[in-house]
Amino acid sequence: MSLIFKLASRNLLQDRLRFIGTVVGIVFSIVLVTIQLGLFLSFERMVTGMVDHASADLWVVARGTKCFEDPSLLDIKDRALAQSVPGVAEVTPVVIGFTEWSVPAGGSTPVFVIGSDTNTPGLHPWNFVSGDLASLNAPHAVAIDRTYFDRLGVTKAGDSAEIREQKVDVAAVTNGIRSFTTTPYVFTPLARAQSYIGTPTDRISYLLVHVAPGADVEAVRGQLLTKLSGVEVLTPALFRERSRNFWLFGTGAGAALFAGALLGAIVGTVIVAQTLYSSTKDHLSEFATLRAIGSSSGYINKVIICQALLNSVAGFSVAALIGLIVVRATAETALPIVMNPELTLGLFVLTVLMCVTSAIAAIVQILRIDPAVAFRQ
Amino acid sequence: MTGRLIEAVDVVQTLGKGAGQVRALKGVSLALYGGQLTMLMGPSGSGKTTLLSVLGCMLTPTEGTVRVLGRDTAGARPGELAKLRRDHIGFIFQSYRLFPMLTALDNVRLALDVHGEDGPSAIVKAQNVLATVGLAHKQNAYPSQLSGGEQQRVAIARAIVGNPSAILADEPTGALDSENGLAIMKILADIAKDPARAVLVVTHDPRVVQFADRIIHIEDGRIDVDAPRAMMNWPGSNLTEADKALSGCV
Repeated sequence: MSLIFKLASRNLLQDRLRFIGTVVGIVFSIVLVTIQLGLFLSFERMVTGMVDHASADLWVVARGTKCFEDPSLLDIKDRALAQSVPGVAEVTPVVIGFTEWSVPAGGSTPVFVIGSDTNTPGLHPWNFVSGDLASLNAPHAVAIDRTYFDRLGVTKAGDSAEIREQKVDVAAVTNGIRSFTTTPYVFTPLARAQSYIGTPTDRISYLLVHVAPGADVEAVRGQLLTKLSGVEVLTPALFRERSRNFWLFGTGAGAALFAGALLGAIVGTVIVAQTLYSSTKDHLSEFATLRAIGSSSGYINKVIICQALLNSVAGFSVAALIGLIVVRATAETALPIVMNPELTLGLFVLTVLMCVTSAIAAIVQILRIDPAVAFRQ
Repeated sequence: MTGRLIEAVDVVQTLGKGAGQVRALKGVSLALYGGQLTMLMGPSGSGKTTLLSVLGCMLTPTEGTVRVLGRDTAGARPGELAKLRRDHIGFIFQSYRLFPMLTALDNVRLALDVHGEDGPSAIVKAQNVLATVGLAHKQNAYPSQLSGGEQQRVAIARAIVGNPSAILADEPTGALDSENGLAIMKILADIAKDPARAVLVVTHDPRVVQFADRIIHIEDGRIDVDAPRAMMNWPGSNLTEADKALSGCV
């Protein structure tokens, strides 16, 4: 075992209570950052979930549309115009809108209806746990996510409710289709959705354009923009970015999450710096001896940084375990916290950076020691 | 006796600032030679420890010159001074200054580790040096499991394992009983038999004077005696009043 590692680990473990305090500080800090960034990741997925799952090469949207949930309307005539553009294989209309769901036991709750015909490659529910896409062809049939059963006052497929005094039958149930606004999504065919929302039949929200095989998507996009007025034509990537920017940064939600994460990182850095500094102070005599016998500043820095790294590994291991438990516990809720390998790696790097930054005060303190102190004590 | 390993010429050392400033050394000149055990004696506050710190490249003199193996330390940066200490000087402290969380072997290895010398060869070297000071059987003991004499022997092993040109010892027997003190001095005297090594021992202890080849007496920041022990007719443990005065025992 390297002597630097031995010195560092024994310096840390000599005062176990302080070491535990440091690890707890790091754990609190990293768990806080994990929750904030996990929520951000979760929101990001929710915000772009519909665009991710829609089958489209291009989206025709009303000019100025800020996000998927923006209920601006297009004229249905635009569908035929879009269809006439060379290189366009198919154009599928989709309608969206907020409406009120009458809970069977009384009262009502807002829902977000998405209408797309099941026989077209449009925007359909996924992750079915009960029923399937074809079940939506039955009269009054809708698909909802089981996450929102309580909110909608239903418990299973086959239950009924009402939207705008029209019957609704829960024909299919999905798992994990959650909305950033926490308003439940209700999937149903186009005409029924228009009726539930109260949209005229000649109005739709989006046109999903499928480009013919071999056609140039950018060229088709340009031609669509020439042919249609009052619209924007977005690639899925552009629409995702726009939705993300609106919800996460335009509304301040993302900034709040980042601010929380930053606060967590600062608190963690201060805690580790404080304990590392006091641990170093307790071992000043040994560090003075190291300097007296001629060890370079680099050697001493390595000892301190090794202590910081040991802190970070111990703290991150516990924090990752708690993070995993939090992720599992929230997986089925309306507000899941998401972790992915990139975030995990990022958190580890953050922990290491936090601990190494914390070591600076201790290093400065050591480098100021007069080696002649070794003769005086 | 071989050439000058460490040399101080007209060294003045000022400590502190402002009203608290003190001239701890007032024009000290001396040289340490290989194969010689020199004892530095003098009353408390006479400048012994300051002189040791200057000769050991821990302090750069305010005025004058210090040379280690001919290399002038004037203007050297802290990193360069640390390298001089690491490469050429071994230190022994009154309170041993061992690392309590490391074994005897690791304490000795540490002096090699700061040199960048690690691995099995460093372990073997440290074991051999521990054997030289009679502690082969205690290599895995922690300082708290060793007697004072044993701890000081570990400190000596740490000081010599890097094969330095000079060993500077500050009151190495100060915390030891008579028997252990004499044993430690015997080891240091053996080390000083090597013509490539100089040993300087700061001491107040008249019992150990018998091991000195040369005695330097310092008072009020100035050297007032610097002579071979034989020429001073030093009788060892049978001190005359003059000897006692010289060693600061009165």
